Amino acid sequence: MSEEVTAEILTTHILELAHAGKRLDGRGVDEYRPVSIEFGYVASADGSALARIGETAVVSGVKLEPGKPYPDTPNAGVLTTNAELVPLSSPTFEPGPPHPRAIEVSRVVDRAIRAAETIDLTKLCVTPLEKCWTCYVDIHVLDHAGNLIDAAMLAAVSALSNATMPAKRFGIGEDTPLAVEHLPIESTFCRLGDTIVVDPTFEEESAAQGRLTIATAETGEIVAMQKGLVGAFAPEEIKALVERAFQHGDSLRARVRGGGRT
Amino acid sequence: MGSVGAKDVPQLIGPDGRRIDGRRLDELRPLRIVAGALHRADGSAFVEWGANKVMAAVYGPREVHPRHLQQNNKAIVQCRYNMAAFSVDERKRPGLDRRSQEISKVIAEAFESVIFAEEYPRTSIDIYIEVLQANAGTRCAGLVAASVALADAGIPMVDLLPAVAVGKVGGHIVLDLKKEEDNYGEADLPMALVPQSGRLVLLQMEGHMNRAELAQALDLGVKGCRDIYDRMKAALRARYSVDEPAPRGSSGEAAS
Repeated sequence: MSEEVTAEILTTHILELAHAGKRLDGRGVDEYRPVSIEFGYVASADGSALARIGETAVVSGVKLEPGKPYPDTPNAGVLTTNAELVPLSSPTFEPGPPHPRAIEVSRVVDRAIRAAETIDLTKLCVTPLEKCWTCYVDIHVLDHAGNLIDAAMLAAVSALSNATMPAKRFGIGEDTPLAVEHLPIESTFCRLGDTIVVDPTFEEESAAQGRLTIATAETGEIVAMQKGLVGAFAPEEIKALVERAFQHGDSLRARVRGGGRT
Repeated sequence: MGSVGAKDVPQLIGPDGRRIDGRRLDELRPLRIVAGALHRADGSAFVEWGANKVMAAVYGPREVHPRHLQQNNKAIVQCRYNMAAFSVDERKRPGLDRRSQEISKVIAEAFESVIFAEEYPRTSIDIYIEVLQANAGTRCAGLVAASVALADAGIPMVDLLPAVAVGKVGGHIVLDLKKEEDNYGEADLPMALVPQSGRLVLLQMEGHMNRAELAQALDLGVKGCRDIYDRMKAALRARYSVDEPAPRGSSGEAAS
């Protein structure tokens, strides 16, 4: 897969702006792009959401189906997260087996959902060892304008918050809303020289000297982290970024909670 | 982590503040590093760390395959982290699963952060990590082995990359998790340090930690990395010391 080329002169410009505390799109270093969430975007899914961060758009759909518990977790349902960077979302995404960066997005989102215990998997168990719900969280990137991990996370927890257990369809009882416990929100930062900016655009990611994603939950805990791209962060920088991640996460959580139900 | 509905969690920290294998909270498992463990590779290293056995080889700078990955201004750094089918209790299906692909990606990015890649345009530096026996912390063991292998291959780098995982076990922040601690603990935080700059080039985390615990874990990990750094340098000195040269392929006296 080819890498999209960002002109050297643009990279230099982005770094010079960052040095002066400015950004190409006029945002402050601590300023997130506008976020919108459209719940129930896909009627055929049991829960869905279209999340936008600036020009980045990601849709997630949740499907729940009866399945069998894993032998090592006989009292728990099954959760599967998958992200697809489909070719329509960027000139550099190609069809074929998942690229490592798609795998990275899926796994970072999956880790946060699991660690935060967004879904109490024991509540997805119908009969121990025999029958449980399998919850598929599928994420489709539609428009890649930077910061896919945050957008994928937001779409996924929004879709889960929006989901209904389709018990009636499978003759297991009445439909009920999927119980969502804790809401993890990811905050991604990029290093641009000595400046660290939140919510990088595509061009900023290309110019970045390191990327750090921090997932926070409303329990006041950090539930997942991932450093990516070429570059490095000092421990003291990371501690400061954690505070920024909590501020951002706490401001978004209320908008996800309830999944658009009134 | 995520041991939903699993059996009871064993007691991992005893009343004496010791861990199940008798270690203190900030104590590393026994670590043995052998620089130059293979004959055909340009550089290699073997790491035995607790019950982990990891071999790393470096080839290059060499021609890029496939060719379209070639970059005109620098070398590309490729990494393949692979677990042998027999390396874990239940046989693992051979080949790279999604976990291995993710780990390969973050390790390649970590090394690209320290290698002077611009010195070798149009080439590839290929890092192969084979986990032969796994007992938690294999990505860190792989990083340590690969880093020594890169030095053994003579690849110019800013610094070696010591790596270790810190975790939260029974409410305590502990250094260098072993399997039971990884499975039943509350958090896992692998990291790799550039000792010269004090910055981290690999950092992942899964589990639950509050801000204070995370800060403590970062500090403990950096301290652990500095200890491992000394042993990596000792392994390279043992391999290349003029007084008593260790023959290539010999295992043994190289730092324990």
